[in-house]
Amino acid sequence: MVSPMRDEFIHTATALLDEDPRVAVVLADISAAEFVGAARQHPDRVINVGIREQLLVGVTGGLAQTGLRPIAHTYAPFLVERAFEQVKLDLDHQGAGAILVSVGASYDSSRVGRTHHAPGDVALIDTLGNWTVHVPGHPAEVEPLLRAAAGHDDPVYLRLSTQANERAHDGYGLVPIRHGKAATVVAVGPMLDPVLAATDGLDVTVAYTHTPRPFDKVGLRALVSGTGSADVVLVEPYFAGTSAAQVADALVAVPHRLLALGVTRTDPRRYGSVEDHARYHGLTPEQLRESVRGFLAA
Amino acid sequence: MTTTAATTRDLYRLLSRITGDEKHGPSATSTLDVLWVLYDRILRVRPETVNDPERDRFLLSKGHGPAAFYAVLAAKGFIPVDWLDDLGGRDSRLGFHPDGTLIPGVEIGSGSLGHGLGLGVGMALGLRAQGLTRPRVFVLLGDAELDEGSNHEAIAYAGAVGLDSLTAVVVDNESATHGWPGGIASRFAVNGWHTSTVDGRDHDALERAFTEASETGEPASQTGEPASQTGKRASETGKPSAVIATVERKW
Repeated sequence: MVSPMRDEFIHTATALLDEDPRVAVVLADISAAEFVGAARQHPDRVINVGIREQLLVGVTGGLAQTGLRPIAHTYAPFLVERAFEQVKLDLDHQGAGAILVSVGASYDSSRVGRTHHAPGDVALIDTLGNWTVHVPGHPAEVEPLLRAAAGHDDPVYLRLSTQANERAHDGYGLVPIRHGKAATVVAVGPMLDPVLAATDGLDVTVAYTHTPRPFDKVGLRALVSGTGSADVVLVEPYFAGTSAAQVADALVAVPHRLLALGVTRTDPRRYGSVEDHARYHGLTPEQLRESVRGFLAA
Repeated sequence: MTTTAATTRDLYRLLSRITGDEKHGPSATSTLDVLWVLYDRILRVRPETVNDPERDRFLLSKGHGPAAFYAVLAAKGFIPVDWLDDLGGRDSRLGFHPDGTLIPGVEIGSGSLGHGLGLGVGMALGLRAQGLTRPRVFVLLGDAELDEGSNHEAIAYAGAVGLDSLTAVVVDNESATHGWPGGIASRFAVNGWHTSTVDGRDHDALERAFTEASETGEPASQTGEPASQTGKRASETGKPSAVIATVERKW
C-alpha cells in the first residue's frame, strides 16, 4: 500500500517522464515496482541501481552533469544520511542540481525503528549550499512542488510523509492561517493541523509553510511586526531548532524570544504508532499547547 | 605529432613547474603515462570542445596528486602553462585536489576517494538517454582507491547492465593496504566487465588496451541508435571495460 504523498509523487514523476525528455528517475529498489510501467516506456530514463545508495546519488550527479534533470528517490535515512557524502560532493561540490525525494519522514516508520528514521535530514541539507527544501503538508501539495522543481536545475529536497493535514494550503513563504497578537507560531508541513488544534482559542498568529528553505525571512519580519509581539514559536516535523538560526537571522534587528519545537535528539528506543512517537517528542496537540502556553507565560 | 620521448621530457619540465604538492608526490607521477596516452591518442576532447556534448569524458576519480593531470592539461592547451606555478595558492585555480568548476576541461572535482566511478556511470547513462552514443567515459582510479566500497556498487551495476561506453582505468602501484588477492582485474571480470592488464609505462600497450576497450562498445555504436530505440538492453550490446595499468610500487 503506497501512501498518498508517495502515490502523488509516483504519478507526477511518471507524467514528467512522458512530458519532459530531460527528466530521469533514479531508484534504489524502493518504489521500483511502482515505476515498472514508466521504465518500460522510458528504459533509459528510469534507472534502478539496486540497493546501492551511494551509487544512487553518484549516478544522479552524473546524469545532471550531462544536462538531465534527475529525480533520486528512496527512504530518507538512505537518501540523505547513508549517501550524504555523495549528496555533498557528487551534487553540491560538482555544481550539479537534482531533485531528491524522500519517503519515511522522521518517525513515519514508527513500528520499524530507528534504522528507518532520519529526523536530522533537513539539518544535514542545511550544511550544504542553497538547497530548496519542500515539506508538503498534504498530498495535493506534492504535484505542484515536484513540477516546479522539474522546471529548473537547482538542488531541491522534497520530503514526503505519511503524516498530513486535513487539507492542502498555499505554503510558499510563511502564509498566515490565523491571526493573533501574543506570538507568531510557524508550522512546517504536516505540523499545521496539530498546531491549529494546539493553539485553538489562543491569541496567536499561525503561519504555514511547505517550503522551509529558503526560509521566508521577510515574511517572518512582517508577521512579527503585524502581530505586535516578537515571540516566535517554530514547530517543525524534523529536529527541533533546525530553523532556529533562520529565525535569528530574520530577526537580527528585533529583540525577540524563540521556542523551537520538533523531534528531539534522543533516540526513544520505542516502537508504537506515529501518534506514540509524536508523544515521545512532545508533539501531540495537547503537549504543544502546554509548551506554547508555558512559553507565553514565561 | 610530438614524439613520445620529447613529450615525456616536456611533461617532466611542466611537472617541475608544479610545486607545493609534496604530500602526494609519488602518486602524482604514477598516472603520468596513462594520462598522456589518453589525452594524446584516445580522448576525443580538445580545448575547443570542452563543452561539446559529443566530447569524450575523462574523470580523474583519484584526485590525489593531480600534478601529472595538470601537466598534461597544460601540455595539451586546456589551461595556461603559468597556472602550474601557483599550485594551491590563494588565487590559483589549481588545488592539491582539482575542482571541476574552476578548471576548463576538468569534468569533476575529486579528492575524496570513491566518487568518480559512480559519477561516470551516471554520465554514461545520461549520454545514452540523450542518444549520444559516440562519447566514451573514462574514469581513472588508483588501486588503493578501490578500497572504497562505493566503487564496488558501481562495478557491480555497470557490469550488470552492460554499460559499454564506460572504461575504468586503474593505475596499480600496489598501494592498497590489504592488497587485492587474485588481482584487480578479477573484481571487474566477475561482474561482467572486459578487462586487460598492461604495463602502465608502455604507451603503445596502453593505447592498444584503451582502443580494445572502446571496441567492446562497437555493436551499440554501429546501430547509431540509442538502446531505447533499438529495444535492446545494454547488456546485449557490450560490456564496460577495465584497464589495469601496473606501475612500480609506491614504496
